[in-house]
Amino acid sequence: MTVSEVNTYLKAAMDSDPILTDIFIRGEISNYKFHTSGHHYMTLKDEAAAISAVLFKFDALRLKFRIENGMSVIAHGRISVFPRSGQYQLYINEIVPDGIGALALAFEQIKERLAKEGLFDPERKKPLPKYPKKIAVVTSPTGAAVRDIIRILNRRFPYTDVVVCPVSVQGESAPKEISEMIDYVDRNDLADIIITGRGGGSIEDLWAFNDEGVAMAISRAKTPVVSAVGHEPDFTIADFVADMRAPTPSAAAEMAVPDVLELRSALAHMSVRMTTVLLGRVSYMRQRISAIAEKRIFKNPAAYVQEKRTEVTFYEQRILAAIKEKTALQKRNFVKLLSSLDAMNPYKVLMRGYSIASSESGDIIRSANDIQNGDILNLKFASGTAKCKVIERGLE
Amino acid sequence: MIMKKENVSFEKAMLRLEEIVKQMENGEVNLDKSLELFEEGSGLIKYISNILDKTEQKITILSKGEGDAPVESEFAFKED
Repeated sequence: MTVSEVNTYLKAAMDSDPILTDIFIRGEISNYKFHTSGHHYMTLKDEAAAISAVLFKFDALRLKFRIENGMSVIAHGRISVFPRSGQYQLYINEIVPDGIGALALAFEQIKERLAKEGLFDPERKKPLPKYPKKIAVVTSPTGAAVRDIIRILNRRFPYTDVVVCPVSVQGESAPKEISEMIDYVDRNDLADIIITGRGGGSIEDLWAFNDEGVAMAISRAKTPVVSAVGHEPDFTIADFVADMRAPTPSAAAEMAVPDVLELRSALAHMSVRMTTVLLGRVSYMRQRISAIAEKRIFKNPAAYVQEKRTEVTFYEQRILAAIKEKTALQKRNFVKLLSSLDAMNPYKVLMRGYSIASSESGDIIRSANDIQNGDILNLKFASGTAKCKVIERGLE
Repeated sequence: MIMKKENVSFEKAMLRLEEIVKQMENGEVNLDKSLELFEEGSGLIKYISNILDKTEQKITILSKGEGDAPVESEFAFKED
């Protein structure tokens, strides 16, 4: 037999073997290579042995997670020989992580990757407007989620309008529909908040919200996005990317708008607060006014005036007394002065028998030295005058 | 943040009102100013309450019209 014949024979034998054509192999991945052709090449091994394996592009389309070296997997396929090299290998048509579910693993992988890209960073999260005028709900128009959201928005805050943006929330087309719808709503500036989500279900049902495309659409939207997927414990990638995560669609509606009753009571409260402040001001002013009014002039003006009048009278009397005293003193001084003046009066001297001699020019003569013999003198008596001639002056 | 026009005035009214109440409670304004703020605040409360009283919620469903333009029509919930 030729080499070709041997290999062809082996291939035919293996391809008709019921075990080799439908085999599950558990092993660890090593030498993993993703070829540009879209085919995946790897080695499956255990502690003692190894086998080459290939996953062709067509079968890889169903792959939910990323193959990595060191990963424990269960691979299903057939074992056949490659005639050109004579090497046999496992042709994988399905591969799942061993132990943990494929989707769960994929979830962890996507989460880790997007976290590295910074898509979950808290500083990327946009705040929700407090009083949105319009909310877009990106979900199935026939699901329980949209019904719950509308019911709660209506009950809590009828001021907010709702636009339902219909998409499939599960199945092949769901991720694309959801991400395109988010882009569309955002681009056309249709709402102040986008809520996207669906009711609870299995991990497969919720899978669209773990899609990377959906995560990207949420992340690039300028409109704040609230994720609202499933029930409380369900976490999706969308939850990590969204500006706010709501545990359920109903909770999303609760978070997105204020309660109109609370708002009204807050308004009433603010009204009360303002009134309280104002009344406080007024009562303070009143206190100040009454403190002033307490003063006697306002309380009993007549008595006050009477008191002041008495005071004035008192001062008046004191002033008068002072004037009187002063006047009396001056009077006495005046009398004294007058009497001393009186005493000086030359005529009084004349009365007592003296006379005054003066020269012809009218100068009063005080000494015999002032005159000569023969001078004419005028004598003035208390009564009348006499013209005299000096006969002989007598010097002392 | 993108907001529809009416919304701006509602949100602004709320913010202004909160500011007024704080300012009054601070006690740093005189009586005249207090009265002025009180007037303004009361007006805002009336304005906001009026909006809340009169607004009717519109619920629509989105579809794409000509040239990819958004079209909104009345939405009635139907369970599938």
